[in-house]
Amino acid sequence: MTKNLFDPVAVRYDAIIPAGEPWIHEIIKGQSLRIIDVAGNQAADTLFFNADDYEDRYSAQDTIRAQGNIYLTTGTKLISSNGNVLLTIVADTCGRHDTLGGACSMESNMVRYAIEKRHMHACRQSFLKAALAWGHGLAKRDIAANINFFMNVPVTPEGSLTFEDGVSGAGKYVQLRAEMDVLALISNCPQLNNPCNAYNPTPIRVVIWDPPN
Amino acid sequence: MFEEIIQPGATWSHVLKRATALRITDIEGGANVSATFYNWENPCERYNLPDTLKAQHIAHLTRGHVLYSDMGRVLCSVIEDTVGWHDPLSGCSNAALVAEKYGEARYQEHRNDCHKNAYDNFVIELAKFGLSARDMAPTVNFFSKVVVDARGNMRFASGHSKAGMYLELRAEMNVLAILSTCQHPLDPNPHYEPKPVQLSIRKVAAPSPDDPCRMSRPENERGFVLTERYFM
Repeated sequence: MTKNLFDPVAVRYDAIIPAGEPWIHEIIKGQSLRIIDVAGNQAADTLFFNADDYEDRYSAQDTIRAQGNIYLTTGTKLISSNGNVLLTIVADTCGRHDTLGGACSMESNMVRYAIEKRHMHACRQSFLKAALAWGHGLAKRDIAANINFFMNVPVTPEGSLTFEDGVSGAGKYVQLRAEMDVLALISNCPQLNNPCNAYNPTPIRVVIWDPPN
Repeated sequence: MFEEIIQPGATWSHVLKRATALRITDIEGGANVSATFYNWENPCERYNLPDTLKAQHIAHLTRGHVLYSDMGRVLCSVIEDTVGWHDPLSGCSNAALVAEKYGEARYQEHRNDCHKNAYDNFVIELAKFGLSARDMAPTVNFFSKVVVDARGNMRFASGHSKAGMYLELRAEMNVLAILSTCQHPLDPNPHYEPKPVQLSIRKVAAPSPDDPCRMSRPENERGFVLTERYFM
């Protein structure tokens, strides 16, 4: 668990993302992105793309294999499908983030909970809405396996996967440094069927600032 | 229906028709088959790693498990398995990894024993179907086992698959399957020694109402219902 303070003078962007909303934004090489779990136990479903080539995007499998560990935390390099380091996690007061649980969708909710849940809002609706609005050809095929900041999804040595509560809390944050120009796409998760957020999705805050001169 | 061998380090692709089964057999022991899957009628529907893991609360694959697409449908089911554990986590080898681990071996000097990597194999095969690197889905590593400890560390289990072991996948949709026999990216073997596998394709009955993959958990029952509705 590591902390890092930022200089408010260098802040270039500061916004609240309500639950159920997407957010898409470019982050320039050297800039820092802090994502803050404002009220605690929220999931920030996040994708990153090389800003110059969206085909070169965050790869969950390459990232966990490169570090030999399935959890993301301080020191984790987020690896792209072409083997580039997109961003590095430089501070983390939460301690562990998931990249195997993916994003909820209407269709996966029908499988996981009930076919009658089809109508309920889901992260992949938000991803698609933001990707289509951003343009530049971004489409469904670009929505790969994502990061779930603030989520705890342990894997056991016996090969099972569980969703557990308890690592994040109000005010906890993760901070990343962009190692190249990247496009960030976040869905602040609207899930109402999973106890991971106590059935109460809450806002997150994103802050971007410039590197020190 | 037919049989075929995938040579070491090679690639294979085929549109598996609904209600056919693909049996993959490790001929010599120590094989690895990286694989990914698409709905051939609409390839932007494809294998989804997180949906497969979280619907079944698993971090490995074996008999009774299914591979989900991102649309809540079952692409294929694992109907037979004598290996017991297949790795869905680690992804596939790429050019940089193979060059760093095994050095360079060009076609000019090595002919068809030249070094190949799974990622490039997949992308070339995707291109034959009008798809590209943008369409790369996560990959499964059949015949390989990677255990995750309490702290999240991933450990490759050497010597996991033995000669003659096999698994059988039943296609529940018309599924573009792409396979590559390159070594597992976490295999500590310092030598480039990919292994061949035997493929055997046969027609099978549609899953019965009490099919073990369907009944293994309520999520899969719903997954099969949604898959059947797709064909109505």
